[in-house]
Amino acid sequence: MLNKFDIQIRTEQEHAVIETAGYLNDALGEQLSEKARELIQEGYTQLVINLEKTTLINSIGISILIEIIEALDEREGTLNFCGLSATQERTFRMMAIAKYAGIFPDEEAAIANL
Amino acid sequence: MANTASKPQEVLLTIPMYPDMELAAAKMASVLAELMDFDEGQVEEIQLAIIETCINAFEHSQSEDKKVIIEFIMKDDELEFKITDRGIGIASESRHDSGVLSHPDLYPEMRKRGWGLEIIRTLMDQVDIKTGANGTTVSVVKRKTT
Repeated sequence: MLNKFDIQIRTEQEHAVIETAGYLNDALGEQLSEKARELIQEGYTQLVINLEKTTLINSIGISILIEIIEALDEREGTLNFCGLSATQERTFRMMAIAKYAGIFPDEEAAIANL
Repeated sequence: MANTASKPQEVLLTIPMYPDMELAAAKMASVLAELMDFDEGQVEEIQLAIIETCINAFEHSQSEDKKVIIEFIMKDDELEFKITDRGIGIASESRHDSGVLSHPDLYPEMRKRGWGLEIIRTLMDQVDIKTGANGTTVSVVKRKTT
């Protein structure tokens, strides 16, 4: 298997952190989307997605992140990203994600700005 | 890289149109780019560009042989890769615009699909598309920053 990926979730009282590892494509993206929707259903509307261990993100993976932003918006929630590489951040800004979700260098800052 | 000063070095890779096989192309690109002393950020840009080019071929070429041929050409200060499929070609509007757009949903600026070519053009220095009824070749050049 070329792409080994993993998703870890940590929940606190007010927010949840989703940490992804591997290549964020359609397969990992769908798993991520499902986990995020479960958290939203449980009432977690303040989310951080930590991409520090995510080696590459393709445009399909990013499109799934946009769906999560939309799902959170319906619940008046907030999504912050952290741990992006320079290329990932450049791509996110190009695709206007930075207008609707926060981008922070590390998890601490992403949580503090929820 | 020590031995590319006068004569470009070429590497040829053929991958099947199979899920995640774009990673094989990205890994090969990464090895070559590192060999050529591209910096870490540029290596990632090259990987993403080649992934998006392969995905476009996988999703849209309708190639009967279900193969993508990738030719890497290492020159002194640039890495070129030519990605060829034997599919049905690309419509003119898709070459210039961003391709198929999704519904605008809540955010008109933040469409979901059709970003591949735009990402490639943003990250790379030169992109040339030759397409016709017998297939498509996308030629991409990344130059080293000094």
